[in-house]
Amino acid sequence: MSEQLPPKTAFPPPRPYPGVDPEILTTPPARSPGLAQAPERRAPRMVEMTIDGAPVSVPSGSTILEACRAQGIDIPTLCTLSTLNPEGVCRLCVVDTGARALTPSCSARVAEGMTVETENERVRHSRRLVLELLASSVDLDLAGPELPDGTLHKYLERYGADPARFGPPSSPAAAGERDAAEAGHHRVPDGATASNVGQPAKIDNDLFVRDYSKCVLCYKCVEACGVDAQNTFAISVAGRGFAARISTEFDLPLAESACVFCGNCINVCPTGALMFRSEYELRRAGDWREQDQTTTRTICPYCGVGCTLELHVQDNRIVKVLSPLDADITSGNLCVKGRFGFDFVQVRPKGSSREV
Amino acid sequence: MDLRIADLAATTAERRAIDAYLDPRLGPSRGGWDGGERDISVDGRVARGGHEARSHRELLLPALHAVQDRVGWISPGAVSHIARRLTVPPAEIFGVASFYALLSTVERPPASVHVCDDLACRLAGAERVCEELERELGPAGHPRPGAERTWHRSPCLGQCERAPAALFTVAGDPAIRVSTGPLDAPAILSRLDDGLRGRDDLEAFERPVGTAPSPERLEQLRRFAPQAGQPGLRLLARVGRVDPTSLTDYLANGGYRALGQAIADGPQRVIEEVIAAEVLGRGGAAFPTGRKWASAAAAPLGPKYVVCNADEAEPGTFKDRVILEEDPFALVEAVTIAGLAIGADRGYLYLRGEYPLAEERVENAIALARQAGLLGERIMDSAFAFDMEVRRGAGAYIAGEETALFESIEGDRPEPRSKPPFPVEVGLFGGPTIINNVETLANIPHIVLDGGLAYAELGTSGSRGTKLFSVSGHVARPGVFEVPFGARLGEVIEMAGGVPGGRAVRAVLVGGAAGRFVGPEALSMPLTYEGARAAGATLGSGAIVVLDETTDVLDILRRIAEFFRDESCGQCVPCRVGTVRQEELLARLIAGHPHGTVEDELALLDELARAMRDASICGLGQTASGAVTSGIRLPGVLG
Repeated sequence: MSEQLPPKTAFPPPRPYPGVDPEILTTPPARSPGLAQAPERRAPRMVEMTIDGAPVSVPSGSTILEACRAQGIDIPTLCTLSTLNPEGVCRLCVVDTGARALTPSCSARVAEGMTVETENERVRHSRRLVLELLASSVDLDLAGPELPDGTLHKYLERYGADPARFGPPSSPAAAGERDAAEAGHHRVPDGATASNVGQPAKIDNDLFVRDYSKCVLCYKCVEACGVDAQNTFAISVAGRGFAARISTEFDLPLAESACVFCGNCINVCPTGALMFRSEYELRRAGDWREQDQTTTRTICPYCGVGCTLELHVQDNRIVKVLSPLDADITSGNLCVKGRFGFDFVQVRPKGSSREV
Repeated sequence: MDLRIADLAATTAERRAIDAYLDPRLGPSRGGWDGGERDISVDGRVARGGHEARSHRELLLPALHAVQDRVGWISPGAVSHIARRLTVPPAEIFGVASFYALLSTVERPPASVHVCDDLACRLAGAERVCEELERELGPAGHPRPGAERTWHRSPCLGQCERAPAALFTVAGDPAIRVSTGPLDAPAILSRLDDGLRGRDDLEAFERPVGTAPSPERLEQLRRFAPQAGQPGLRLLARVGRVDPTSLTDYLANGGYRALGQAIADGPQRVIEEVIAAEVLGRGGAAFPTGRKWASAAAAPLGPKYVVCNADEAEPGTFKDRVILEEDPFALVEAVTIAGLAIGADRGYLYLRGEYPLAEERVENAIALARQAGLLGERIMDSAFAFDMEVRRGAGAYIAGEETALFESIEGDRPEPRSKPPFPVEVGLFGGPTIINNVETLANIPHIVLDGGLAYAELGTSGSRGTKLFSVSGHVARPGVFEVPFGARLGEVIEMAGGVPGGRAVRAVLVGGAAGRFVGPEALSMPLTYEGARAAGATLGSGAIVVLDETTDVLDILRRIAEFFRDESCGQCVPCRVGTVRQEELLARLIAGHPHGTVEDELALLDELARAMRDASICGLGQTASGAVTSGIRLPGVLG
């Protein structure tokens, strides 16, 4: 969907066009940033632009978000992640470039002479409404972007968002109700309550839980499951509009789908909608104590790739395995063994003083 | 690609329907399933053609249509079969199939009817029709167990001149698809039975007088194009005078002279004339067509594409349907000229799925043009080669957004792309693409033949040429009218016979659901882009829906809000949730239970509207509140 995706159909060899510099014809189409770069990299061309009134010089090809962050400007994001292609769908990061509509800074690129305002009244208004719309329709309790600190609440305060303006939340849907929605149809609301995506969590396997009442449809899990990382394609966005949802084909349980339980979707989910079963059960029991947990970085013991694991340990048990997005081997991606194959660590010999 | 595809067998009928479409395009028994050579007699999996088949994802939507048409729904087995043939993951196929309102991922009875309850049909009593159908067939979308017939509510079917209208679909080989009106509930039920009995029974009802020009046919056509047969028309000149199914007749009436001229003039000259004509896109965005063509022509890399946007779905709009049904060769000729101008060798006409007659006529026109050497290699004995095909939409207003339309053709969910890059740089299949509305293209042969300057003599300095207006609602003679830009809103309503019964105009919705309401004081507004802008309105697609003084405007506003909620793709937050909040807010006002005061609610509506306009990805979200915010402030609407 975004501009740096490679064309989906391979181009045939270029046909000669009269009057065109032949070098243009032999230049390959732009590649996604995930692909290998040529070994020699020339210093990027710089682009002169104005951000919040200050003239700045930024590398061409950067996103507006990157350019703003390089200036120390804090722009809220939710659906963008450093390891995946920006989708530009949550619209929290919009900035004013003087265009008819606001511009998503996460996916739009800088341009020569561009003027960007990151925090004017128009921008603040849209961000406030987007936060209100999100918070009134989705459970954001655990939501937070990758940067700067993984929380969203301070942005709700910063923009004065009051999600209750749209009324009290409507009662959650029954299991399967949202999955059965017919495209282009909905039950006519009375407006007394604010519709939301509340629904029971999908618990169909021992490894992870999908609580779509926390889902903001950022597309990160779909990207991670698909071409951006795993190439498994177990899930897609299904349905449309407010009934759009992440789903396997015909809402099959994960074990019957193409899912390989790599858990890379959990690693990229910004809202806690995708969660280790162990974490989910502890939270449900009211026994999830982040302050008592330790985080240990280690190397996965299974194969020779050497993925970095980030073990979250509570009461001397592993409760969650993540992988840092900046890990230089697999950028946060693991396989089912590294992600979930840790039970053997926790089996102690009988009679051991550390038996659990 | 290693796919895990559920071991579900498609039924014989499903498999045959899918293969009948895919075999000629992929080669028989060639699928993309990369499962290794196995016993073909057992499971038909062959590890051939994988890469080639994978490059044919654009066959996905037509393959889904093939199953839907044949059996009435898309079963897990059918999804598995398509997944094997095209090497597309089943989850993604489900994601695509579940997007479209005319495709069903749950089992449905074979005969179904989509009853329009949108603006014009609503004003013509569609709600009563729906109530009766509900008593007879059960709630919409929920057929009784074992039923052979079911019904659905539908957004605008583009049959506003014969409201209330309905689209019938009967699964089978071949499937029956007929869109018609006006119909009351008993007529709908009996047509459904006709459909179950067979094709002729239902179609005879729709087309009683053939296609050759005749007084009876002219009479029939005047029910949707009241000017049919009149002299002095440009875009509607052939309506009623030329057999829309006959290439011979088209050629005898000036057809393909423009393409001959364009081939003689060369691409450069054609583009110069289009620029000189100053023609603006008629789909609603009013972008200068010449500039679009020049940019695509200048793009260095190919292949390039021409796309005709015939996904006419703006509520209250049916002007493109008239051209598609009654002058299809003109459109094929215009797309061919566009291909010549920008250096494309392939064109697509993306047609909304609710226009079966238009599909038949355009398919026929393309086939006859190809036979006559007017498509294909060496067109008119020149070196120019070009071909085109029709792609059928499946019930999604958003697919008319240009980049969503590309996604739909490519076999993905029709979610709009972020722009830039614009289609002239990166469009269909990543190639430079021009995408033009049907009516825009219908102007092209005239521009080529008469020259851009002569073309531009009609109309005003800011709005050149003539414009088709779809007039519906409370008028005596609804239909499509061609007038030079600059005619007054009131004049066009008078051409449609004015408001019947001597009642007064309460309000007019100009530009469709994405447009804005104006009050009776705006009847003197000149219908030009600049005139509409000055009046705080927009011409949009040229829809004019007239509401008389008896209209429950709030009910109409609520239907518009419902429409945008239903048609939002769901990609971006302002539109996905904003359209829901807008509908809820209206529901509260209608129920008389505002949160706080009515003024508080109106302020909230404005805030919502502003964020949707500023922060939505595409035109749908950006315009989803225009009609509601303008309509609710009409005098007397809030009591």
